[in-house]
Amino acid sequence: MFVFRLDSNSGVPPYLQLVQQVRQALLLGFLQPGDRLPLIREVVESLAINPNTVAKAYRQLEHEALVAGRPGQGTFVTETPTATVSPAIYTSLRRGLKTWLHRAYTAGLDEESINGLFSTVHHEAKVEGVA
Amino acid sequence: MTTVEADHAVRTAGLDKRYRRTWALRDCTLTLPAGRVAALVGPNGAGKTTLLRLLVGLLAPTRGSVEVFGQSPATNTATALSRIGYVAQDHPLYRRFNVADLLRFGHACNLRFDRGLAERRLAALGIPLHRKAGTLSSGQQAQVALALALAKRPDLLVLDEPLASLDPLARREFLQVLMGAVAADGVTVVFSSHVIGELERVCDYLVVLNHGRIALSGDIESLLADHRLLVGPRTANNLDHTPSVIEATHADRHTTLLVRDGGIPPAPGWQPQAVGLEELVLGYLRLPAPDGTGLAAEDSEDAA
Repeated sequence: MFVFRLDSNSGVPPYLQLVQQVRQALLLGFLQPGDRLPLIREVVESLAINPNTVAKAYRQLEHEALVAGRPGQGTFVTETPTATVSPAIYTSLRRGLKTWLHRAYTAGLDEESINGLFSTVHHEAKVEGVA
Repeated sequence: MTTVEADHAVRTAGLDKRYRRTWALRDCTLTLPAGRVAALVGPNGAGKTTLLRLLVGLLAPTRGSVEVFGQSPATNTATALSRIGYVAQDHPLYRRFNVADLLRFGHACNLRFDRGLAERRLAALGIPLHRKAGTLSSGQQAQVALALALAKRPDLLVLDEPLASLDPLARREFLQVLMGAVAADGVTVVFSSHVIGELERVCDYLVVLNHGRIALSGDIESLLADHRLLVGPRTANNLDHTPSVIEATHADRHTTLLVRDGGIPPAPGWQPQAVGLEELVLGYLRLPAPDGTGLAAEDSEDAA
């Protein structure tokens, strides 16, 4: 069974944290088509979280067609997942990022300026249509 | 949450409460939709306990009205009260009763009381029924008080500072049971708390009480979407008096504004930022009292 986490200090809204965890697990193959997500009540009781938050996260995932609810049975990962990234590519991207981070810290940037730099460049890339 | 109840669980209008010469609450108008988990926050003495006691019928309003599911709790009709569960501050129990006796007592005193449900809940938590309430840890006492309140199968559950005396683990366990009950039965919850940081995962509705008045209330997500922090070069003039500016903090060279509804048009050099729940609450709590006075009744024309 898939297990959710919640970081109260991340600044990311709780429902979005749940959505992101499912997206990421799909990307990494930890969740596969046909897998059942935990019932809302199970998530609520394990995380001590508002049921409306979980319901909202599941609605968002359904809207993105990543999961589908089956009445009386629960919420399941759909048979047609969106394009997944192969583990090899993921690992390579991760390694590249690590190298980049190392360079940034060596150059004297701190966590905040790195995050700032990333958001700025990411924003620019989106504007230019790269991302 | 499959059922969407259009009805309001709580509706107050022009609610005033005075203790002798002191106003504890002034002009509180509030609606709380059913099925929500609402946090009531505010400093000590803001009137939180007074408001909660008005909701459960332990106090009668000096002026104005309180309705819970359309009925006045102050009339104390058994049917109105059977829909309301209440756990007072420090979750008081009869210390010399054992847990089974407390459940029997609850069963005898309430129109609807699901003793089996309470027993199962407490057994799942490993709380022995033969123990005297006074010998239980404060986390266990809180769980017993919660189980008693939930055994009424209330439609509205009112909790006064339920987390205050609990360690982090007991706090988490308490919230797990509470949220489980919300998921299972759709009970509407109102609880007061000082711990703003933990509210975001649990609550979807916020009521900020300050100086006996409601400073802010609404759906948490909408409130966060409606507010922004603007950081920019220091501006001297009267921003503090612009209605949409909740709080202005001035440093030597820059100014931070907490604004509502994007009321200030974005100017060059101003950076908008999302505001967190804690910052939002603190911004409203730091607002001065509306008339610049306290709550002393002699300041009011209505003083008797």
